[in-house]
Amino acid sequence: MKILVPVKRVIDYNVRPRVKADGSGVDLANVKMSMNPFDEIAVEEAIRLREKGVASEVVAVSIGPAKAQETLRTALAMGADRAILVETEEAVEPLAVAKLLKAIWDEEQPGLVVMGKQAIDDDSNQTGQMLAALTGRPQGTFASKVAVEGDHVTVTREVDGGLETVRLALPAIVTTDLRLNEPRYASLPNIMKAKSKPLAIKSPADYGVDIAPRLKVLKVAEPPVRQAGVTVGSVDELVAKLKTLGVA
Amino acid sequence: MAALVWVEHEGGALKDPTLAAVTAAGKLGAVHALVAGDPGEAKAAAEAAAKIAGIEKVLLAADPAYAHGLPENVAPLAAQLMAGYDAFVAAATTTGKNIAPRVAALLDVMQLSEVIGIEGRTFMRPIYAGNAIATVESSDAKLVLTVRGTNFEKAASEGGSAPIEEVAGPGDAGLSSFVSLDGSKSERPELTSAGIIVSGGRALKDAATFEQLIVPLADKLGAAVGASRAAVDAGYISNDYQVGQTGKIVAPGLYIAVGISGAIQHLAGMKDSKVIVAINKDPDAPIFQVADIGLVGDLFQIVPELTSKL
Repeated sequence: MKILVPVKRVIDYNVRPRVKADGSGVDLANVKMSMNPFDEIAVEEAIRLREKGVASEVVAVSIGPAKAQETLRTALAMGADRAILVETEEAVEPLAVAKLLKAIWDEEQPGLVVMGKQAIDDDSNQTGQMLAALTGRPQGTFASKVAVEGDHVTVTREVDGGLETVRLALPAIVTTDLRLNEPRYASLPNIMKAKSKPLAIKSPADYGVDIAPRLKVLKVAEPPVRQAGVTVGSVDELVAKLKTLGVA
Repeated sequence: MAALVWVEHEGGALKDPTLAAVTAAGKLGAVHALVAGDPGEAKAAAEAAAKIAGIEKVLLAADPAYAHGLPENVAPLAAQLMAGYDAFVAAATTTGKNIAPRVAALLDVMQLSEVIGIEGRTFMRPIYAGNAIATVESSDAKLVLTVRGTNFEKAASEGGSAPIEEVAGPGDAGLSSFVSLDGSKSERPELTSAGIIVSGGRALKDAATFEQLIVPLADKLGAAVGASRAAVDAGYISNDYQVGQTGKIVAPGLYIAVGISGAIQHLAGMKDSKVIVAINKDPDAPIFQVADIGLVGDLFQIVPELTSKL
């Protein structure tokens, strides 16, 4: 079975995003970029499934700028077998990403797609569910446990009410939550080895997908800033303060 | 313009975030509600939905295939019903987030996620863990949105008397089945609708200490219990208590953060709280930048003292 793992290059999760002064977006110039943390978990899960003998090949896919090659090399260094970059300098919305992934799905015929539940830049949390709709296949979103058994996959999902387990027919789409696994660090020899693994470069036009945005961003602004608070010196002061505010 | 609201229900009772979704949908036009589920439960939920103020009609899809909101089964149902509507609105809960994008893709619509404000046909939504707010407009013929429950008033759950119309959909797609729900039972208020939340972080040391310190304080205040990702990862408490960018988004009247340093991902989930209290031994912890009242010190002394003095 082949596993497809879509990955996205995003602002590093430790960087505090700054809104551009002209309100056109978030300033990404000279900002550290990394693989979306949920996608790292997806790559790790796919590699573990291959190591267990469940999967035979792990193909990493990214849709993004030329620099997303670095993100794909990271996936290859972690252990993915080969990579595909659908290169575009435009911002691509989840629906268009899902359509591109559907086209790659048709070519590659994977048994499983494992991908992050959301990217930490646009926080959309849509692409996996959309890919599942476009392929007409089941989805196991927000996964904290994935077990492939024959022609089904059992997925334990982190939901508002606790943990929900569903059983899905393969092929299926799984989106990862934080506690699925702890991604490995790529070793130096593996980073070197990754440089020679195959990385195909395509364009959205190769797949005949229109990536024109449906949403128009009118402006991007800083959220309202909270007023500076006070520091109290004791529990008694804290209790008094809470009583004054009428909240406790 | 007419909007179809996805009704979340459990055991025949409505879930709170749905009431906020009704208010959000009301800003777009006439509001109809879709109740899908196992016949017994869905019927009771439809009767409850019919009483929500502002709902003009309830569509009831009673079919065992629609139990547990399996998206493979309910998304085609919703997409089919959307022929008669201009917008599909769901609360941004794990259920709404699971279903709405699947509906959007079936309709070839780009979804608006976690909407926090609606003005005419423009929508505000947080991006980058709430460090920026984008104002967007859609060029799609229909709208699909998930809305944040904390940013819209809840519609009154009594006062309406909408007619209920039974509808049928494609039924079981045969792709998925529900196995189990391992839920944490709690007598305390639910996190996303609680007026007060006491939240603990990694500094609580272990599950037993978390239980000994956080729970009595929460009980004293009639508060819900929350946790940072670090506390959940460390196994102090289960995942459904996590507050943050990818956990639950909360905005209570009072949020008490105990031993939480305040990573941006955590702040994203609680910084709209009315009053924030931070208790932490590190005076430079980022949580103090958003706190209204800060107390620097040893939580192992402060928390029991606070519990006894409230």
